[in-house]
Amino acid sequence: MAWTILKKTAFYALVVFIVVVAVFPFYYAILTSFKSGTDLFRVTYWPTGFSLENYVKVLNTGSFPQNLLNSVFIATVTVLGALFLAVTASFALSRVRFRGRGTLLMVILGVSMFPQIAVLAGLFELIRFLGIYNTPWALIFSYTIFTLPFTVWVLTTFMRDLPIEIEEAAIVDGATPWVIITRVFMPLMWPALVTTGLLAFIGAWNEFLFALTFTSSNATRTVPVAISMLSGGSEHEIPWGNIMAASVIVTIPLVALVLIFQRKIISGLTAGGVKG
Amino acid sequence: MTTEALAPPKAVAARRHAASELTRSRVRSAMIFLLPMLIALAIVAGWPLLRTIYFSLTDTSLTNLYGGKFVGFKNYLGWTTLKSGRTIFSGLLVDPVWWNAVGNTVRFAVVSVALETVIGMIVALVLNAEFKGRGIVRAAILVPWAIPTIVSAKMWAWMLNDQFGIINDMLMRLGLISTKIAWTASADTAMTAVLIVDIWKTTPFMALLILAGLQMVPKDVYEAARIDGVHPIKVFFRVTLPLVRPALMVAVIFRLLDAMRIFDLVYVLTPNSSATETMSVVSRENLFDFDKFAYGSAQSTLLFLIIAVMTGIYIWLGNVRFDGGDR
Repeated sequence: MAWTILKKTAFYALVVFIVVVAVFPFYYAILTSFKSGTDLFRVTYWPTGFSLENYVKVLNTGSFPQNLLNSVFIATVTVLGALFLAVTASFALSRVRFRGRGTLLMVILGVSMFPQIAVLAGLFELIRFLGIYNTPWALIFSYTIFTLPFTVWVLTTFMRDLPIEIEEAAIVDGATPWVIITRVFMPLMWPALVTTGLLAFIGAWNEFLFALTFTSSNATRTVPVAISMLSGGSEHEIPWGNIMAASVIVTIPLVALVLIFQRKIISGLTAGGVKG
Repeated sequence: MTTEALAPPKAVAARRHAASELTRSRVRSAMIFLLPMLIALAIVAGWPLLRTIYFSLTDTSLTNLYGGKFVGFKNYLGWTTLKSGRTIFSGLLVDPVWWNAVGNTVRFAVVSVALETVIGMIVALVLNAEFKGRGIVRAAILVPWAIPTIVSAKMWAWMLNDQFGIINDMLMRLGLISTKIAWTASADTAMTAVLIVDIWKTTPFMALLILAGLQMVPKDVYEAARIDGVHPIKVFFRVTLPLVRPALMVAVIFRLLDAMRIFDLVYVLTPNSSATETMSVVSRENLFDFDKFAYGSAQSTLLFLIIAVMTGIYIWLGNVRFDGGDR
C-alpha cells in the first residue's frame, strides 16, 4: 500500500516537473514583460508589479508593427500558395498509380530535409535577378522550398487513407479528376487543409535564415529578425523588457492557435513525421 | 448458342479496354496536376542548389555575382609549391575554422538528439499512461514547440543572463554554484547553453512522435506481460522498445538531419562564439559578411553532401521505408 502511494507520488512529481519545465520560460517572459525600470533587474519568481510600459514602447517606437504586418502577410500568402499547388499534386501522388511515384515522393521528402544553407547562395542570386530582393515576395518565393514539400507530403498521407469507394461513384459518372478533387475531395479535406495550413504558417512565421538574408531594411523585416535585432542605446544596454514584450506579442497567437487545434496538430505532426 | 458463348469474352475485352483508357487519362491528368508543383520545386530548390554548387567552383564575390571565373576545386583544396620545394595547402579541407565548425555541429547533433530521444521517451511514456490531467500535460509540452526559435533563444538568453538571470539565481539558492556563470558568453558553457535551449524546444516534437508509435502497440501485449508477472523494466526493453523502434528510427533521423543544419539558435543565442559556431553559421558568415562568396558556397555544398550521405546511410542501415507502403 505504502509502495503504491510512493509510486503514485513519484509519478505525479514527474508530471509536475515536466509541466513546469515546459511552461516556465514562457511564464518568465510574460512576467518580465510587465516589469519596468530597475524592477527588471531584480529576480522574482512571482508577479510583482504590472506595467505596460514595455508594450507601449515596442508598439510605438521603431518598425515593430510593420514587421508584424509583414510576417502576417508573408506567412498567409506562402501558405495559400503552397496549399493551392499541393492539393492537386497530392491527389496525383496518392490516388493515381504511375511509374516513378515512389521516387518522386522520395525526392519531395528529400527537398524538405535538405539544409536551407545549401540553396542560400543560389537563391540570393535568383532573388537579385528577379528584382525582388528586400521585398516580401523574396520571402514568399523562398519559403516555398519548405512549405510546399511539407504540405504535399502531409496531404498525400491524408488522401491515401481515404477509401476508394468515395471516388468510384464519381468515376462511374464520368467525372474528370479536376471535378473529383473539387467536388469530392475538397469537402472531406477541410480538417487536413486547416491543420497543414496551420503548421506551414507556423513554419513561415518562425523562419529566420532567409528572412535575415533576403531583407535589409527595418521596414521589410519579419518579426523574428526584428526581435533578434532589437537593441538599446549602447552595446551593453540590451532592452530586455522590450524584447520580452515583443516575444510575448508574437508568441501568444501561436500558443493560442496550437492549444485550440491541439489534436489536429498532433495528428498532422505525426503524419508529417511519416509512419515507419 | 454461339453468340452467347462468344459474348462474355468480348464484353470483358471491351471493359478492359475502357478501364485502361480510363487509367491512361487519369495518369495523364495526374501528370498535369504534378507539373506546377514540380516546376515550383525546380525553381526554388533545384536551380539554386545547382547554382550554389557552381559558385563553389568559381571565385565569385558578393559584389560581382556574374564575374566569377571557374577555378575548379580550389575552394575545397588548392596548393602552391614554393621555390624552396615546400607545398602549401589551402582551401576548405585544410581550414581549421571549418573543421572546428564541423566538430561543433556533430557534437551538437549527437548530444542533443541522444538526450532528446531519452527525455522524449520518458515524456511519451508518461503521456501514454492514464492519469488525471493528461490533457493539461499534453497541452503544456506543446508550448515550447509553438514558440518561435528566435523567441526561445531570447527568452533563454535572458534567463541565462550572467548578472540578472534567473537560472544563476536558482543555482545559487540551491547552493549548486558559488559564483555566477556567464552561460552564453563563456566558451566553456556556450555549447551547454545551446543544448539546453534546443532540448527544451524540440523534445516535445520527439515525445509526440514516440507517443504516436506507443499508441500503435496493442494494449493486450502489456496485459499478457502483466499476467505473466514480467517486470515493467523488462517489458519496456523486450516489448515496448522493439515495437516502437520503427517510429523511433524515423523520429531520430528527422531530428538528426534537422540538428545538422542548425543556424538560428546558435546565431542568436551565442553570436560570434567559436565554441558553438556550426557549419551553417560559418558558411553564411563567409557568404554575406566576409565577402568570400565562393568559399561560403563551397562550405554549404559540403554540408549538403554530408547530409545527403547521412540520409543515404541511414535509409540503407535502418531499412526505413519513407513511402509509407504502396497502395
